[in-house]
Amino acid sequence: MISIKDIQKGFSGKSVIEGVSSEFETGKCNLIIGSSGSGKTVLMKCLVGLITPDSGEIAYDGENFSIMSNDQKKIMRRKIGMLFQGSALFDSMTVEKNIFFPLDMFSNATKAEKQKRVDEVLDRVNLNGANKKFPAEISGGMKKRVGIARAIVLNPKYLFCDEPNSGLDPQTSLVIDKLIKEITTDFNITTVINTHDMNSVMEIGDRIMYMYQGKKEWEGTNKEIIFSKSEKLNSFIFASEFLKDAKDMRMLELSGKIDDKRDMDEMLRS
Amino acid sequence: MNIFTRLGEFLLMLKGMFTKPENWRIYWKELMHQCVELGIGSLGIVSIISLFIGAVSTLQTSYQFVSPIISKSVIAQIVRDSVILEFAPTITSIVLAGVVGSKVSSELGNMRVSEQIDALEIMGINTKAYLILPKILAALIMIPLLVIIAMVLGIWGGRLIGDITNILPHEIYDKGLFESFVPYNVTFALTKAYTFAFIITAIPAYYGYNVKGGALEIGRASTTAVVTSCIMILLADYILAAVLL
Repeated sequence: MISIKDIQKGFSGKSVIEGVSSEFETGKCNLIIGSSGSGKTVLMKCLVGLITPDSGEIAYDGENFSIMSNDQKKIMRRKIGMLFQGSALFDSMTVEKNIFFPLDMFSNATKAEKQKRVDEVLDRVNLNGANKKFPAEISGGMKKRVGIARAIVLNPKYLFCDEPNSGLDPQTSLVIDKLIKEITTDFNITTVINTHDMNSVMEIGDRIMYMYQGKKEWEGTNKEIIFSKSEKLNSFIFASEFLKDAKDMRMLELSGKIDDKRDMDEMLRS
Repeated sequence: MNIFTRLGEFLLMLKGMFTKPENWRIYWKELMHQCVELGIGSLGIVSIISLFIGAVSTLQTSYQFVSPIISKSVIAQIVRDSVILEFAPTITSIVLAGVVGSKVSSELGNMRVSEQIDALEIMGINTKAYLILPKILAALIMIPLLVIIAMVLGIWGGRLIGDITNILPHEIYDKGLFESFVPYNVTFALTKAYTFAFIITAIPAYYGYNVKGGALEIGRASTTAVVTSCIMILLADYILAAVLL
């Protein structure tokens, strides 16, 4: 579990994150949602130590990350995997070399053992056959999958994904979401995901935190989000008329006024 | 950002490079890779420039020597000392500031913008030690070697053109090369080469590593890095000449 307490961060006198506290549970997909500029990415960078917060506390399974020395942070980071928005693959290396890299750097395993592990993770993300390709030669979805493979190759305890679906078509986004969810459950990882994709929220969001202008506005599960009374959250989620209608129908369905799914489909079509 | 802030950041970057490597083997591989990239990759341009500088020096020196009472072998002495003291270390380094400097700066800048440096940090790797130190060390190994090659080729280029144009037969040129030779000049040239090697890599590394923004900023950082490196090379050239000669 990762817990954060009263995180504050500002740049050039302007506050970007104001007193955010939360807990990210183990074995679950914890989503941070919010519109662009709401402070999601800064918060995630604070969590992994790429940005030092002005104040507040970040603890990984009770270990206070905020007060660790640089060497202790380096050791802690070996338990962390991260998927970046642009995948951040090393473009001078092939897909296979990208995944080999963390193993080469930190593992004492033999070459055969490392190769076995690389093949395992490539298989896990359904990327067999792309081993010898360079990042420039593969699609955006494949890059994300290589990014995930590289992030999980050292068996991390914590996985961070910064906008994993950005730039992907809805179908590929679903594949990536499903993959992250499976990895989280199978390996019992604490996963934190930054997104503004409502499909991801409904599909894989076990715990959701909504940020608005640097503050935590709402927190709950994907079952609860639909009943949220936060106007800011509702205007974020139901930004389109279609989703507003869908919400109204979901409310009707849940309140027992519509029992038959076929009626809902008809209403949606009309 | 004022000059003192930049200087402070630069010194902190240098300090940050000196930590125990996470894996010696990988760092060694990276050092060897950089030696090939920076050293072998620059051999062609250094060779061409040196040959022409030596050739032009011979032609211009002989053009200015009209007095019949001065031995023609003096031309070889002048070419030799000009090439060793100034042309080989300084001109080569200025050219390398463009070739190597822009490469180092844009490579690191691109890695910064595309979050590859962040990805390395997340893995628990000291990016200053892994990305910058091997480049500086590779330059300190390879650039003095390139300067020695430039000296040899420059002097040989002068000899060759003297023969081809019949301005200076190679027997006289060879005689002149060994007259009043001061070995300290080579030491001085290598001192300059080491200083310039550091400037050529450390300054562009600083600009590239600290890029913020996108493609436009990478280009800007690259240009600033090359310009700053060239100015620093000329400044260091003057200081070293004033102090050591």
